[in-house]
Amino acid sequence: MAEAALRFRNDDPVEEPAVTLDAFIEQTSASAVRIEAGDDPRRLIPHLGRVKLVEVGFPRFRDGRGFSTARVLREAGYDGEIRAEGDILVDLIFFMRRCGFDSFAPQAPLGRADVDAALSRYDYVYQHAADGAVPIWKLRHG
Amino acid sequence: MYEYDRYDQAMVDARVEDFRDQTRRRIAGELTEDQFKPLRLKNGLYLQLHAYMLRVAIPYGTFNSRQMRKLADIARKYDRGYGHFTTRQNIQYNWIKLEEAPDLLAELATVEMHAIQTSGESIRNISADQYAGAAADEICDPRPWAELLRQATTFHPEFSYLPRKFKIAVISSKEDRAALRWHDCALRIVRNEAGEEGFEVYAGGGMGRTPFIAYKIRDFLPSGQIFSYLQAILRVWNMHARRDNIHKQRMKILVHDLGEEEFRRQVEEQFEHFLTLGTDFPQAEYDRIAAFFAPPPFETGLSDDIDLSDPDFALWVDRQVIAHKAPGYAIANISLKPVGGIPGDISAEQMERVADLAERYSFDEIRATHAQNLVLPHVRKADLYAVWQALDAAGLADANLDLVTDIIACPGLDYCSLANARSIPIAQKIAQRFADAERQRDIGELKIKISGCINACGHHHAGQIGILGVDRKGTENYQLLLGGSGAEDTSQAKITGPGFDEEGIVDAVERTIERYRELRTDGERFLDTYRRVGMDPFKEAIYG
Repeated sequence: MAEAALRFRNDDPVEEPAVTLDAFIEQTSASAVRIEAGDDPRRLIPHLGRVKLVEVGFPRFRDGRGFSTARVLREAGYDGEIRAEGDILVDLIFFMRRCGFDSFAPQAPLGRADVDAALSRYDYVYQHAADGAVPIWKLRHG
Repeated sequence: MYEYDRYDQAMVDARVEDFRDQTRRRIAGELTEDQFKPLRLKNGLYLQLHAYMLRVAIPYGTFNSRQMRKLADIARKYDRGYGHFTTRQNIQYNWIKLEEAPDLLAELATVEMHAIQTSGESIRNISADQYAGAAADEICDPRPWAELLRQATTFHPEFSYLPRKFKIAVISSKEDRAALRWHDCALRIVRNEAGEEGFEVYAGGGMGRTPFIAYKIRDFLPSGQIFSYLQAILRVWNMHARRDNIHKQRMKILVHDLGEEEFRRQVEEQFEHFLTLGTDFPQAEYDRIAAFFAPPPFETGLSDDIDLSDPDFALWVDRQVIAHKAPGYAIANISLKPVGGIPGDISAEQMERVADLAERYSFDEIRATHAQNLVLPHVRKADLYAVWQALDAAGLADANLDLVTDIIACPGLDYCSLANARSIPIAQKIAQRFADAERQRDIGELKIKISGCINACGHHHAGQIGILGVDRKGTENYQLLLGGSGAEDTSQAKITGPGFDEEGIVDAVERTIERYRELRTDGERFLDTYRRVGMDPFKEAIYG
């Protein structure tokens, strides 16, 4: 399991190693799971009660399947840690935060200043996502 | 037309700074070309054979004179005095320097324009009927929905790294002027028996190397639920679609692999879920947007008569002018297909003339068409003569809409790094072969579409006559296809047989057309003759 270089949570990081989705479903004592691109995250939904950490693999940064994974889990009510691991560029962080990722373990280190700039560049958003940001249409109509 | 408020402006301005920073990091070597490529593509910047190409969005093909003048300024300042209108109602510049691109985008932002999501694996600029708001046959103006969806799909966090590009079109008439079913997601506004407005939804269309015509997946979707439905489609695709073979990642392949029924079932299941999330835009936001598209203040009591005593003007009216919904008004098409020219190209000076005409005679509106022409949508019939004279003086008065010289062509090997063969010279040679105006009129409607590689940017699959350039052992070879349509009678063109060289393809097109003239019945279009008699008589004429 990759350690989170960037974390947007106040609770203590989960130390337990993340197991594959299949293993997690079988091992009822596990609390950290790794979802690979291509795994169906909906299989995890019946087991969310014991999940403390979901690690989502990004094999290549252009592979956007993990964005849906995070949203599916947030929409199912999961409020534990979702960590993006793998080929993660600073240019992805803003969208990842919006989809519900709250920790990051990038293969290549990200500069904190670049991350802060990326996260503060857009003052508004056009649509609802998993981050609770208020969409522009709502600002327009109060 | 739509006007930005401070939020829209802030989004576009932020994107300029975002892109400026990405460009800086690339030039400083902090980003590799591999990393920069998808980032620049999401902002419409391609690296072509000779320079960078920038594709500027013209949402649903509607723009005004101020924007057109800015496009002319940009053509002069950053390009070589030209722009090129594309098959997605956008405009491209072919000679852009990377280091200047951020400044160019900043200038565009001053006139409420951008290049957001005009390329890359993202939700692309949404196209629409070029006659929206003017067409006599539309149920309503489709552009408010296109604008609402533009906003909803701009920087969508879940769907910004899709398996491939995703194209949406919206129309609201039976006649299809937007190549609807060749899109990944196609929406036609309809009314149900209760008189409510909704969408007929099609999914899984697309050209490229594996063409599919979109399937209808919904007869009637209540219009206010469109964003939920669209997100359902996108999520099914995004989660399923493989990422290991770029040629099999378009949504059409997934729809085909899963089967229409199973794809629909999965979309409906996700749709039910999305409805519970409350992500749809409220009626108040639709109403706010729709107010910008209220009909312009048409004069009433105008005459429908047009003085056609000038024969050249009469020919232009006959070909280029289309019925308008308001009495006394007309839709005037501007050809960007002069014989010998480059399809879709326009000079900075011509852009300014069109801007002047739009401002003076068309309630300040211009439209770009997917067939790479322009439209003045709201011209008083009494002003048509003055418009025609001004167009004629600007070299824009060709009368060839939907005729054999009104050819769609991709940039091809003259510009494009993906192309296998040149497209533009083939279009020019065909146009020269059929330059005679009388001969063109005699042939009648005939839509030729030329692509310089199998990616099909020149829509050859939808050509009544399609031409596909391929590389055959190091030389350019052109395949001939017949019977395609991008209209409401959508069909996929079929290949005739062995390909031709550059001269041979022009001869083959001519033999095809001459055979049609022999076979046609009174008033029968080429496409209808082909559908009636089939491929064989044409093959015989072509291959002897």
